[in-house]
Amino acid sequence: MTPAPPLALLAELTHRCPLKCPYCSNPLELERASAELSTDDWKRVLSEAAELGVLQVHFSGGEPMARRDLVQLVRHAASVDLYSNLITSGVMLTEAALAELVEAGVDHIQLSFQDAEVESAERLGGLRGAQQKKLDAARFIRAAGLPLTTNFVIHRQNVDRLEQMIALAEQLGSARMEVAHTQYYGWGLLNRDALLPTREQLERSTAVVEAARVRLGASMVIDYVVPDYYAARPKACMSGWGRRFMNISPAGKALPCHAAETLPNLTFPSVREQSLRQIWNSSEAFETFRGTSWMPDPCRTCDLREVDWGGCRCQALALTGDARRADPVCERSPDRHAITAALGSARDNAAWAPRQPRTPA
Amino acid sequence: MITAQSQPALSRGVKLRFDQAREAWVLLAPERMFALDQPSTEILKLVDGERTVEAISDDLAARFNAPRDVILADVVTFLEDLRQKGAVRS
Ligand code: SF4
Ligand code: SF4
Repeated sequence: MTPAPPLALLAELTHRCPLKCPYCSNPLELERASAELSTDDWKRVLSEAAELGVLQVHFSGGEPMARRDLVQLVRHAASVDLYSNLITSGVMLTEAALAELVEAGVDHIQLSFQDAEVESAERLGGLRGAQQKKLDAARFIRAAGLPLTTNFVIHRQNVDRLEQMIALAEQLGSARMEVAHTQYYGWGLLNRDALLPTREQLERSTAVVEAARVRLGASMVIDYVVPDYYAARPKACMSGWGRRFMNISPAGKALPCHAAETLPNLTFPSVREQSLRQIWNSSEAFETFRGTSWMPDPCRTCDLREVDWGGCRCQALALTGDARRADPVCERSPDRHAITAALGSARDNAAWAPRQPRTPA
Repeated sequence: MITAQSQPALSRGVKLRFDQAREAWVLLAPERMFALDQPSTEILKLVDGERTVEAISDDLAARFNAPRDVILADVVTFLEDLRQKGAVRS
């Protein structure tokens, strides 16, 4: 049976980025610029995506603005009727760059902040002067009449300033704000001890978001992502494997989620060799964990198996060593102790490593 | 709040378009989308920032030969829900 087509394409244009966030979900082995897909490859991918039934494309990275051809790609997306969303740190978003993107037809921009407090933000991002550039970028976006989403990734080291972050988002005129507790993949997983919040911090952040939602109503919608380590049930990762999303890595690997390359014994097809339709409909990589037939116990017989699809495969691998097991976040998982151990080893003075290429690019 | 007198419009960055692959209309918004059934589609096609909710309801009541009060209530509920999600402004 042919699976329902994907709704969104995550186009990870590059792993290059001027920032060094310790929670970055990019893989530890960052792709080099020379391995990146060409402009023509990306254009073909966008056309194939639209034909397959994709409605939205999210240009991300790394920093997608590090690609010189971003404007061309946005224009191409618009020409094939894809809704385009740019996910950027804003440090390269000058007024002139924005004008070009607007002219090319960008539909929406998500601008990320490391913190509301300058010093902490720039320590986390590892770039002096970044905060002012972001504030300017927000102003340019609003002045151009584009809707602005501000994004704050929160964790042990900045979560206590959530109120200030919300105030900043309001002041910048965000129509939407994303408050996302760190997810533990890539660099985030490496630095987990320094990033995992305490239960009190989590509970307080949830209360702060709830109060702000009541106060703000529709004037600023807040999307809130909780850290699943504290949950009783796992998240439905990517809304289920191969159900809604296709992720393309900078080098052109088609992945069911951005962390999937960590999974052993799975070969991910390249968009250089196969069409998106072939990959989506019949590649082994997309078939392997699609639906429920791959599931072992306890998921196999669980009443929630079509709600969370067994949780996250990459998290199962990272924490149990086996991608086929239930996500250890689940209370019904026999591996829940791995989560308990992680919560126990997080601490205030844990060291963390800034994201950076391990081999010179 | 959406009322009978509101002149609703789609928020910036929100687009109504036909989805060829699924043969249905869809509302595309910043980082999400709403699949639309036929009645919702008919309402949104009339949302242009000028027509009032009343005028939209009159139009639909006439075309679909349905009681205007019921239609008006449905239109208000539907648009108010989208307003709270940030997709429509009053
Ligand atoms: S999380 Fe930080 S380092 Fe990673 S891509 Fe985004 S801005 Fe760059
Ligand atoms: S047992 Fe599996 S399917 Fe059931 S809730 Fe846990 S992870 Fe989800």
